[in-house]
Amino acid sequence: MPFTGVKGALLLFPGLCLTYGVFVMIKRLSVHFRKIRRPEISVNRKAAYVLSIIILLALPLFLKDYYIDVIVLAGIYIILALGLNVVIGFSGLLNLGFAAFYAVGAYSCALLTTRAGLGFWGALPLSVIITSLSGLVLAFPALRLRGDYLAIVTLGFGEIVRLILNNWDSLTKGPNGISGIPVPLILGFKLNTLMHYYYLVLVFVIIAVFVVRRVYYSRTGRAWLAIREDETAAEAMGINNTNFKFLAFTFGAFWAGLAGALFAGKMRFVSPESFSFMESVLIACMVILGGLGSIPGVILGAFILIVLPEMLREFQLYRMLALGAGLVLMMVFRPGGLLKADSLSSSRLFKSFK
Amino acid sequence: MDYKTVFLLKSPMFFQQVINGLTVGGVYALIALGYTMVYGIRELINFAHGEIYMIGAYLGIIFLGVFTALGLTQYSLTLSLLLTFIFSVFFCSAYGFTIEKLAYKPLRNAPRLSPLISAIGVSIFLQNYVMLTQGATDKVFPHILEVHRLEFFNATMTTLQVFIIITSLLLMGLLHLFVMKTKTGKAMRAVAQDKVMASLLGINIDRIISVTFIIGSGLAAVAGVMVAMYYGLVNYSIGYIVGIKAFAAAVLGGIGSIPGAILGGFVLGIIESLGASFLSSEYKDAYAFVVLIIILLIKPKGLMGKSG
Repeated sequence: MPFTGVKGALLLFPGLCLTYGVFVMIKRLSVHFRKIRRPEISVNRKAAYVLSIIILLALPLFLKDYYIDVIVLAGIYIILALGLNVVIGFSGLLNLGFAAFYAVGAYSCALLTTRAGLGFWGALPLSVIITSLSGLVLAFPALRLRGDYLAIVTLGFGEIVRLILNNWDSLTKGPNGISGIPVPLILGFKLNTLMHYYYLVLVFVIIAVFVVRRVYYSRTGRAWLAIREDETAAEAMGINNTNFKFLAFTFGAFWAGLAGALFAGKMRFVSPESFSFMESVLIACMVILGGLGSIPGVILGAFILIVLPEMLREFQLYRMLALGAGLVLMMVFRPGGLLKADSLSSSRLFKSFK
Repeated sequence: MDYKTVFLLKSPMFFQQVINGLTVGGVYALIALGYTMVYGIRELINFAHGEIYMIGAYLGIIFLGVFTALGLTQYSLTLSLLLTFIFSVFFCSAYGFTIEKLAYKPLRNAPRLSPLISAIGVSIFLQNYVMLTQGATDKVFPHILEVHRLEFFNATMTTLQVFIIITSLLLMGLLHLFVMKTKTGKAMRAVAQDKVMASLLGINIDRIISVTFIIGSGLAAVAGVMVAMYYGLVNYSIGYIVGIKAFAAAVLGGIGSIPGAILGGFVLGIIESLGASFLSSEYKDAYAFVVLIIILLIKPKGLMGKSG
């Protein structure tokens, strides 16, 4: 049993407090989650969604392990990109240090499973909660700083977290990383093949897409969009900017924590190298290139930025070069991204960044 | 490390670290000037500026190698070094000019996010471009400099450190004079204050912006060559971290203010040096970020606060 002994109790008590706190917070804020009118999805579109889900379910039966591996990674990054989309795309808070949350999620999962003796399913909610709280903490600068400065400060936080991971050997084992993360179990059934993990990640991706989309079409989502467009006007309309900025960061960090835990479970090993600034830039690229604020765009962006480099493996050396050039070209020629968001035209959306 | 050694190290340590800090600070200040000038004119954080500095360092080694191969270095070391600096500055300025024309000029009327991301793109591109063309291993600066040490107050100061500090101060002084006394300098200040009004008064905005980038890149090039001389090694990744630190220095001094960048550079260099030796050397890079965060939260206008 995971929670026995003094160590277990010490872990259990704050865990319970945090969970309680999260529930209270959710209950207080749930007034904002009531439905608002959202665009009717046509029957054709619904059929397309169902068909694509069927295809996704059947996919691993037909593909080789290598391809499944890439798609699983893409799935994890889709969750990450959705999380960052909430911060940058919905709320307009430029965060260039998102890999820090990703790292917190992965490392807390790793530590909880290897050091505290929890199973994967015990560690997952705790690591997600820990990451969400770190999102809350790191949101403080967002309250006071304008776009460019916030970008640099979040970048700084990302680097600080990476330095801590690299140097705090007693906790994180430094550059060696933490290995031996156990395999998730469902009712005693071990999810130890890639195909099993594929379905696990698929379930979480579907949950993530559903939840994020639902939040977008709620009062909270509208509040975020309002803050992005014009903070002063939003405050004047009765939106508490501070609360919603905190919520944006926390919500984004939530998904990063989930993605991190899934990453830890997949690789069964975490090290600081996976969480560099380039990682943050990559995730930010997925959001920006895919289309700021647009959920299908972000999914497409994540998919392209993971699958394309794998497909073009011979040109791996030029991968980053192409990414850099691609960023510049995208900004000059098509700043709205590949798939523009649906509620507002993309150029207006883009101009809202002050 | 036993008690006696610790005690011994602690006494001259402070002044030594201040000297080291001033040396590094001079480099940061030179690069910070580029950041602050571009931000003053375009309200843009030029992420690619750190890469210009890195390219300057590489060019320094490359040109020195060329001149050595031509036999110039054996003839006159001073001349060879001087030409190395000049050529490095020239090419880095060209890089800065080109980057501005390609990646920033088309985005002049775009919302703030676009040029920022474009700058990140340029930074990534340049880093990898240098990595692919020059290799991922460190490049070594030839050991041709005689190093003399000066001793005072129990601390050692090398001639190279003196050279760096003096060159930095000299260039900063020249820049200050340029911006304050010359016509172009006045135009630069005007554009930084109010772009539309300046253009109405007949100032060629494009030209002034280009001049700003050229000067900033030139200063970064000098910083790069000096660092190549000081540390002896360059690598494609040195631009990024120094760029962020220099930006932190610019913000510390007050972004948009030239004296601010100078002050911020030296102060940050000293903080980092002292922090690395007395607190923890593993987190050396973090000090700049911590300073940045503190300054932005407490006094966002910086030490010499001019509005950005």
